[in-house]
Amino acid sequence: MLNITNLKASVEGKEILKGINLEVKPGEVHAIMGPNGSGKSTLASVLAGREEYNVDGGEVSFNGDDLLELSPEDRAREGVFLAFQYPIEIPGVSTTNFLKTAVNQVREYRGLEALDAVSFLSIMKEKMKLVEIDQSLLSRPLNEGFSGGEKKRNEIFQMAMLAPTLAILDETDSGLDIDALRIVANGVNKLKSEKNATIVVTHYQRLLDYIVPDFVHVLYNGKIVKSGTKELAMELEEKGYDWIKEEANSVV
Amino acid sequence: MSQQVDININQLFIDKFSDFEHQLNGQKTLPIHDLRKKALHKFKELGIPNSHEEYKYTNFKKALTKNFTFNQLFKSKNDSSSFGNDYIINELEGNVLVFINGQFSESDSHFKSDEIDIKPLANAYSENPDTIAQHFGNYSKNNEDSYALLNSTYCNNGVFAQIGKNKIVNTPIIIYYISDARADEAVSFPRNLIVAESGSESSIIEVYSTIGEKNSFSNAVTEIVVEENAILNYFKILNETEHVYHVGLTQASQKKNSTINAHSYTFGGGIIRNNLHIAQEDENCTTNMFGLYLLNGNSHIDNHTEVDHKRPNSYSNELYKGILDEKSTGVFNGKIFVRREAQKTNAFQSNKNILLTNDATINSKPQLEIWADDVKCSHGCTTGQMDEEALFYLRARGIDKDKARAMLLYAFSIDVLKNVTIEPLKKYLDHIIAQRFNQEEL
Ligand SMILES: Nc1ncnc2c1ncn2[C@@H]1O[C@H](COP(=O)(O)OP(=O)(O)OP(=O)(O)O)[C@@H](O)[C@H]1O
Ligand SMILES: [Mg+2]
Repeated sequence: MLNITNLKASVEGKEILKGINLEVKPGEVHAIMGPNGSGKSTLASVLAGREEYNVDGGEVSFNGDDLLELSPEDRAREGVFLAFQYPIEIPGVSTTNFLKTAVNQVREYRGLEALDAVSFLSIMKEKMKLVEIDQSLLSRPLNEGFSGGEKKRNEIFQMAMLAPTLAILDETDSGLDIDALRIVANGVNKLKSEKNATIVVTHYQRLLDYIVPDFVHVLYNGKIVKSGTKELAMELEEKGYDWIKEEANSVV
Repeated sequence: MSQQVDININQLFIDKFSDFEHQLNGQKTLPIHDLRKKALHKFKELGIPNSHEEYKYTNFKKALTKNFTFNQLFKSKNDSSSFGNDYIINELEGNVLVFINGQFSESDSHFKSDEIDIKPLANAYSENPDTIAQHFGNYSKNNEDSYALLNSTYCNNGVFAQIGKNKIVNTPIIIYYISDARADEAVSFPRNLIVAESGSESSIIEVYSTIGEKNSFSNAVTEIVVEENAILNYFKILNETEHVYHVGLTQASQKKNSTINAHSYTFGGGIIRNNLHIAQEDENCTTNMFGLYLLNGNSHIDNHTEVDHKRPNSYSNELYKGILDEKSTGVFNGKIFVRREAQKTNAFQSNKNILLTNDATINSKPQLEIWADDVKCSHGCTTGQMDEEALFYLRARGIDKDKARAMLLYAFSIDVLKNVTIEPLKKYLDHIIAQRFNQEEL
């Protein structure tokens, strides 16, 4: 589904991703961990198509297409979804209108008919239940004045509405209380299928108890320096990153 | 060279006065005529401002000299039958007065004088001499602003409205000023006098529009008196093309416990200058000022606002927003005066602009002068490009760039619109704004 080979990226002349290799197949869950500033969000942003990041080398194919060639909107329409680490507030844009526009533009791209107001609302109700998000939040302007946890929940709600084939969740767990974490993780699990894949960026093993990864990767200094199974996450939880850093630095 | 030009345009306005007098006939004997002559006298002294501080960024002189002959200055063109009624705001009901090139068009107007004493100003000169004597020319910056002087010199018609004591009037007064610039340039000097008596509540809507491709120049003055406990909602809407030059002064005087909500919407124009001056003469006044300007092409808009807090416990709040596309330019100047006696005054001002191109410019200048010590004042100006992060967020959800951009610009604009409480008017403005950004999509 997703094939990243030797991806290099920089921002404002600063090299951040220094050759990433990653393969994600349908049905898989990959966890990406790593110290602050190692480039996890940068990788997520590059995959989603943020223009301020320059791709300096490497390739990304998504279901056979060159993902890097596509505009951010076309990536979303092809099925890539990024749940932002820091969802921004957009005053004046109603959450419901925004989602309706998004859903219908995605449908149009896929050759489906636009949803009318009634069917849109009924789908919305169904997905609201799934992530246990309150109607009152959705009638407000997009993320405006939302608490940190509410913003995260809204990200997962949007994901449910857009039904992506590849979801990248960038620290969706941070800022969530214990109940919300469980609800959000349940939501993610319910949306999982054999056809779609999930990349979860997280700092904590706790999330991975709910969303069980098939693979765990450690990103350090712009590279994936170690990959393993869910046991690797437990080891990291226990020992921290020092030993990984040592290993990585000695290789160089 | 430029000296030569100066003399010409000023001299022209001075010389035309005898023609103007000539066509006034009987009106010359009314007291109003002395005011005209006084204004002309003062205008001779000041002339059209050139690089004068107040008009530093907005110089009409060149445009007026280059684009107008002023040959048709006082010929009345009063044929509305040929241009339909596109200028009318759908579903907006009220007392309607229509002026074409400054002349009252009776056949297009309909109003009732039961709740409000309302009539063309030209009739009020003789029918309401006391009110005219008391208020006319007392509030406009007659001796300071050249264009107001020019208006006082040449004004002939407009609206006179006196809202009676404690009258709560739900139907707004809607004034359509139409410049018919199809066959020839159009020039007009609209003048309104609005007196909201104590305890009354009412709304006035001024709409300026132009028909035809020739140049038009309108120089307007609206004087407003809001007496004790009265509430007045005032709207000025300009939906104009690049051939339109407009300078207008709205001058309001507020008495104790009164409220004025002033709204200004400008959607295009050649050179537009809106002067809004509000003087709080007494305690406990509330002044709200909302403005929105959406420009493209070579349009130039200049909003000068001034609120003068003279007495204690008063409040003013100002929100002006603008989006400037292509090569358009904008000026915002917001003066807030808090006099020594105006203790416990709260005054807030905000001006926010989005520039969509590198060629668009805005000059935003807050000007707070505070002599009282126990006051709360704040002001903020922001000017920026489109919010790229917000744009990316929307695109990352599958919304195409143009649509995302339109959504954000619309949201930015609509923030001002939420203060409009007259539904059909809100709908009309909303429609213009929505359309403006959809057009961008094409
Ligand atoms: N727009 C930018 N301008 C300058 N530096 C940037 C920019 N974006 C990211 N960086 C830098 O790139 C590096 C990687 O940042 P990134 O956000 O990808 O880290 P991260 O792994 O997601 O960290 P965290 O765990 O704290 O979220 C950091 O050093 C960061 O400061
Ligand atoms: Mg991050």
